[in-house]
Amino acid sequence: MTTVSFELTVNGRLRKATVPARMLLSDFIRQELALPGTHVGCEHGVCGSCNVVLDGKAVRSCLMFAVQAEGSEITTVEGLARGDDLHPIQQAFWEEHGLQCGFCTPGMLASAQELLAENPDPTDDEIREAISGNLCRCTGYEFIISAIRSAAVKLREADTETTLQPT
Amino acid sequence: MSDHLKSNVIPPSRQREAPRAGLTWIGQSMMRVEDPRILSGKGGYIDDITVPGMAHAAMVSSPHAHARIVSIDTSKASALPGVIGVYTGEDLASVVEPCPSFASPPITQHAMAMGKVRHVGEVVAAVVAEDRYVAEDAAELVEVEWEVLPACVDLEASAAATGDALLHPDDRESNVALDESFAFGEVDRHFAEAHHIVKRRLRWQRSSAQAIETSGVVAQFDPFKGGYTIHANSNFYNFIPFVIGGALRVSPGELRIVPVLTGGSFGSKVFSHKIIILTAGLARLAGVPVKYIEDRLEHFTNSDSHGSDRLYDTELAVAGDGTFTSLRFTVLDDYGAYLQFGVGTHGNAMAQVTGPYRIQSFGMRVRAVLTNKTQQGPYRGFGSEVTNWVMERMVDAAAEELGRDPVELRVQNMIQPDQFPYMIPTGNIYDSGNFQKVLSEAQTLFDLDGWRKKAHAMRAEGRCVGVGVATCMERSVYGPTEWWSLNNKETPGFTLTSTPEGITVRLDPSGKLFVTLNSPMVGNSPETVVAQILAERLTVAPEDIVFNYSDSQSGFNGVGPQGSRFTAMIAGACVSASIRLEEKLKRFGAHMLQRRPEDVELRNGTVAVKGLKDQEKAFGEIALTSSFFRLSFPDGEEFDSGIETTAVYDHPLSTDPAEDRSHLGIFYPIVGHICHIVAVEVDPGTGKVEILDYAAVHDNGTMVNPRTLAGQVWGGTANGIGTTLSEVFNYDETGQFTNANFAEFAMPTANEMPRNFKLGHVETPSPFTEYGIKGGGEGGRLGAPSALTSAIEDALSDRGVKIASLPVTPPILRGLIRSAEQAATR
Repeated sequence: MTTVSFELTVNGRLRKATVPARMLLSDFIRQELALPGTHVGCEHGVCGSCNVVLDGKAVRSCLMFAVQAEGSEITTVEGLARGDDLHPIQQAFWEEHGLQCGFCTPGMLASAQELLAENPDPTDDEIREAISGNLCRCTGYEFIISAIRSAAVKLREADTETTLQPT
Repeated sequence: MSDHLKSNVIPPSRQREAPRAGLTWIGQSMMRVEDPRILSGKGGYIDDITVPGMAHAAMVSSPHAHARIVSIDTSKASALPGVIGVYTGEDLASVVEPCPSFASPPITQHAMAMGKVRHVGEVVAAVVAEDRYVAEDAAELVEVEWEVLPACVDLEASAAATGDALLHPDDRESNVALDESFAFGEVDRHFAEAHHIVKRRLRWQRSSAQAIETSGVVAQFDPFKGGYTIHANSNFYNFIPFVIGGALRVSPGELRIVPVLTGGSFGSKVFSHKIIILTAGLARLAGVPVKYIEDRLEHFTNSDSHGSDRLYDTELAVAGDGTFTSLRFTVLDDYGAYLQFGVGTHGNAMAQVTGPYRIQSFGMRVRAVLTNKTQQGPYRGFGSEVTNWVMERMVDAAAEELGRDPVELRVQNMIQPDQFPYMIPTGNIYDSGNFQKVLSEAQTLFDLDGWRKKAHAMRAEGRCVGVGVATCMERSVYGPTEWWSLNNKETPGFTLTSTPEGITVRLDPSGKLFVTLNSPMVGNSPETVVAQILAERLTVAPEDIVFNYSDSQSGFNGVGPQGSRFTAMIAGACVSASIRLEEKLKRFGAHMLQRRPEDVELRNGTVAVKGLKDQEKAFGEIALTSSFFRLSFPDGEEFDSGIETTAVYDHPLSTDPAEDRSHLGIFYPIVGHICHIVAVEVDPGTGKVEILDYAAVHDNGTMVNPRTLAGQVWGGTANGIGTTLSEVFNYDETGQFTNANFAEFAMPTANEMPRNFKLGHVETPSPFTEYGIKGGGEGGRLGAPSALTSAIEDALSDRGVKIASLPVTPPILRGLIRSAEQAATR
């Protein structure tokens, strides 16, 4: 099996890896980096549960090989909280009941980060559009939309410039 | 009351905590206890479990719907580096028995096929390898020689099939696995006397829950140390583990099933015994721990959780004044290749088959048909979502044929608020309700009169806009007779009558309450509801309650979240546990306060002397003293160290089916009511339906947590929208499942949901459950299809389009519009 060595930054930490060339980024994150918060729902790029933020964009980690992430900066759900405090987007999901089983949630959080970094005050339709590539079977989406709307307020009030990368 | 129901006596209520105003925690939209760990990525789902030395399985699945397995050559696969073993159905059968079945007599199912396959996706061989990639490589190298058999795909054709087209010639001489007829009351007389009989042929097509997480298992076997340890995302692990033990040829003492956080079920993970047996058997054969997580295709084609797939020929008997007198139907149901839960989905529908209406009798012939498709399992509604839709279709049809307003006709036939508890012809009761109030609130919330005028005006402009109203029941808290009451009386099978739910509560010396639940978290809010109820009953703060989940050996009585039962059932267990803990706390506390137990009460987490402000002992101090200072208390076992209890709550209200099945007993009596009203616009050129406005009012009795209940309603409504507008499993004539992926099986995204959803609640408490709580996990899907269908038909009323089959995807609806146009021009 051909292996490849590369480096990337995940949740602010430089990681060096040697993995089979065909290993998916999602499997690399879950298994090699032991960060199981990134979930695999369909493995064909539709459900969005495996979304992570890669260089500022929410991407399907099941549609990339790990090696394609060489040199990139990735934030997974594990990189959001600061010490004992949930990230404002996570906090908003908690307050607004934006999750039930929670399986799609890490992907939703990634899509929300990308949206709110680019558009700090989105309309509900812009929120819908931003999460239209994320399937949720529990919530009917309404409280996810409420959560992202509320997160936008929290982030504006906190005057957080970007939510994308750990500092 | 009809004579046939006289033997079905309603037992007295066992309610201990009356519904009442002024509760502290029950009724609050408390933020969920479960969420921080889930939000931070630490939930611990099945694929997050790893054990030392764990190998991975990949499956070789049948590409054929029906075929004999002539030979399987595993040699190339076995030779691949990294492969630990390759196993066939015969290999697996050397360590496991066939899958347990609720059908009686059973239809034999092996976790891995032997001899022949009966649907696309059925597993015929498995590879266990060092990693999943290698396992999948090796699975590709397994060579199977097939002899293709005729595939049964069409429901009616399969029912008539013979010869090689029989699925289970050893178990049944026909593909009709069950054919039973019932008359509850004087059906024939009511139809003979009817002024008008409404007839419709109605079709409900197959789809499934498709939770975003698939099913999975991590199994270990050690013959010298405890037998099997199995992590699984089953939500039935703690009720009948001995049944799985039987299939695995071990005693329950050699089987430990450990629950995990589950990424959605909606019924699809109830029991999940096949994947447990399959993975466990592989672990035993390979001699290493094995993880097997279904990929999405496998979840579509082999997870045994497809929903109802029914054809109804229905008749409604109506008197001259529009009063409904009787309902009867013949139903064929395409169960797929096996019959794991018997016809439980039809038993379930008997709970509320006559809807919210005063219908005196009901008759049915049910035929369970086997076809070469993945078998059915539960999906949100468990069969009642279909009969809700059938009933509401029949009411709309009656209104049209009689020239009546559909809402007025509903109101005329509704059960009145003073008629509860109300026994329907099948013998089940509705415990309480006020359907008129629910309807009235929904009409107001939606502005039905205004919308009807608006829709009329828009239709006059040529737009296809319509309004639909559905008034439906939402049964909750099931008794298990539904699984067998429709079986042939001579072979009823395992006539189970228990569905207990248990809890263990321990007061830690620190003052924290440690709670052990016996049912897993599947997206519901078990910890939150228990925190609210225990906080209420024991006057503690919710944040002082800590949760654990038992495994199948440490736990005691947990049936799990299904049939909208968990909240009402665990509330009963919480009350039982609280009564016992209160007694213990008062005994210890009173002694420490040098008072009599009858002179103290629970107050803000203390045992306090009644009427006195400062005379109190905090629970923590009592627990500390009782745990570590035995000599501070008198001798006698009533002062044994520690404060702990285990409590079990049984079904609050159930009776046996009549021996002759003239009624089915009370089995699903905690009944909510829902009214959905929706306005839609259809694009006649494309068949696309846009939801313009939506209101839902639900009555689920006393609400424990309005926010989480709203989440259930929203989510269920989304499922119902999908069921109505976009979700269907397509099988071609050879039995190929042609849209088994998330791109082509179109589940609603955020864009398909109504922009303007209004949710209201009426609270009519149950007189039978603690605090009057009713279940509310399925209502959205139990109401949305009826309201949407009605609205679409209304929108196309000028074009003469009738909807008799779901779903109505854009191509299907466009086809109906085109046919109506062609009929009009002829």
